Amino acid sequence: MATTDTDEPTRRDFLYVATGAFAAVGVAGIAWPLIDQMNPDASALALASIEVDISNVEVGQSITVKWRGKPVFIRRRTEKEIAEAEAVNLADLRDPQTDEQRVIKPEWLVMVGVCTHLGCIPAGQKVADVKGDYDGWFCPCHGSHYDTSGRIRRGPAPLNLEVPEYAFLSDDKIKIG
Amino acid sequence: MSGESTYEPSNGFTKWMDDRLPIMRLGYDSFIVYPTPRNLNYWWTFGAILTFCLAIQIVTGIVLAMHYTPHVSMAFNSVEHIMRDVNYGWLIRYVHANGASMFFLAVYIHMFRSLYYGSYKAPREVLWILGVLIYLLMMAAGFMGYVLPWGQMSFWGATVITNLFGAIPLIGDPLREWLWGGFSVDNPTLNRFFSLHYLIPFLIAGVVALHIWALHVTGQNNPAGIDVKDEQDTVRFTPYATIKDVFGLSIFLLLFGYFVFFNPNALGHADNYIEANPLVTPPHIVPEWYLLPFYAILRAITFDIGPIDSKLGGVIAMFASIAILFVLPWLDTSKVRSARFRPLFRQFFWIFVVCCLGLGYLGGQPAEGGYVIAAQILTAYYFAHFLIVLPVLGLVEKTKPLPESIAQSVLSGGGGSSEATASPETRG
Repeated sequence: MATTDTDEPTRRDFLYVATGAFAAVGVAGIAWPLIDQMNPDASALALASIEVDISNVEVGQSITVKWRGKPVFIRRRTEKEIAEAEAVNLADLRDPQTDEQRVIKPEWLVMVGVCTHLGCIPAGQKVADVKGDYDGWFCPCHGSHYDTSGRIRRGPAPLNLEVPEYAFLSDDKIKIG
Repeated sequence: MSGESTYEPSNGFTKWMDDRLPIMRLGYDSFIVYPTPRNLNYWWTFGAILTFCLAIQIVTGIVLAMHYTPHVSMAFNSVEHIMRDVNYGWLIRYVHANGASMFFLAVYIHMFRSLYYGSYKAPREVLWILGVLIYLLMMAAGFMGYVLPWGQMSFWGATVITNLFGAIPLIGDPLREWLWGGFSVDNPTLNRFFSLHYLIPFLIAGVVALHIWALHVTGQNNPAGIDVKDEQDTVRFTPYATIKDVFGLSIFLLLFGYFVFFNPNALGHADNYIEANPLVTPPHIVPEWYLLPFYAILRAITFDIGPIDSKLGGVIAMFASIAILFVLPWLDTSKVRSARFRPLFRQFFWIFVVCCLGLGYLGGQPAEGGYVIAAQILTAYYFAHFLIVLPVLGLVEKTKPLPESIAQSVLSGGGGSSEATASPETRG
């Protein structure tokens, strides 16, 4: 760059590099707000938790509630479903988890009803729905089968249905998020 | 390309202008006297047809944006408002929606033309790469445009495609939330898609300008795939190419008009006339027809490959199927451009066309049983065509003798398709 032929960096070289470096930092500083504005905003983050009344869900029934724009499946499982879920051999699972790791109270299964493949909503909440080969949920988009604990058993999905952070506020009420 | 400019300003104003901004000189040199190979056939009219398609999409899109509301609670109704209340709204929307399909139809013909006649080979590699870039931008525009009516297919298509990015290790989840502006496809997503959908056509127009610039540097390829030698080999752009383009466009518009006026929803999906519902997934989610082959490739990877799970594998395969086009000029080892003189390549070309159509068909079928296996075979063949067939063909194929010149190939009849061109002093 420059005005002399020497290999020694000159005072001018230093000024060029320092100016360029400052400009780069400046550009990055301007770019970040333009990128970050696309992240979830304050109003989206404010909806991060909900409370759900589960007092009128009978055994064998499911309800779907909306949390962060996604459906959450809450199922009051039957004895048979719990037994099926607990009897599974972990070696058979793609994403090994015991049923105990996925529930707080065995009767209540709470999970995000979004297929871990590409985000469709699996069928199985309604009595008449197709429940798949493992008696749980079945995703119609690309054919993933989930068992009565919401674990992936067959199909392209890589992971079990996600269990959100939740807590029982009382016997009749849970807080999700 | 044309060498020295032959433009001569005809009056005082044009002389004055030419000394200040020689834009009329540029137009004259590029679109009036520009030499085009004299053997160009109708497959070469698709450049003009595509330019027309882009213009139509921009004009109808700007008008639609005057009546559309990019908000989750109003988008669906505003589209119905366009269809029922806005003067000629039905026409403008149907032209825009079917225009996207026509645009893709034309671009696929244009690309397969390029593949058949070897238009991507030296010295036109950059021209080809710019074309693939335009194609990518078109896919982004088409996908985002399909989301705007906020029907069930809009919503679930957006969900499936944005979830692809969640497959990327480590940064997948934050990237997905960044794209969504939330924790699922929602109002922020719709709003930004509208903004980007409006932006992309202008990016396309910019790349098209580069594409045409690159074309005018190297000159057009032609059905014989040999270089232009002298003036004997060319004709002026106007009137010869211009009129041919206008005629080709007119035929194309008949098809366009058929869809707009007689079958406007044939290429869409009935589920998109149901308003988006984040709690109900339609039984079969399919993208628009022009993305189906890639959707089939995405779903064909149902098995884990080492540390790469099936989901990430599908995403990689889908993106690779497009990315491979960028390096096509270096995968094809044959020096002969046109398939007319490559008997083996010509067969493999048609097999490849059938392979792509087959993938398109399978992309629209449920992902189960034999459909998946067929999609896996065709996906493997798709990649094999580029990675095995093209490199090997160039080494083993015995090509036919090339004609002496474009003029000679035309004058000897038949455009030089077979024995007519096999003159003794060939330059094989």
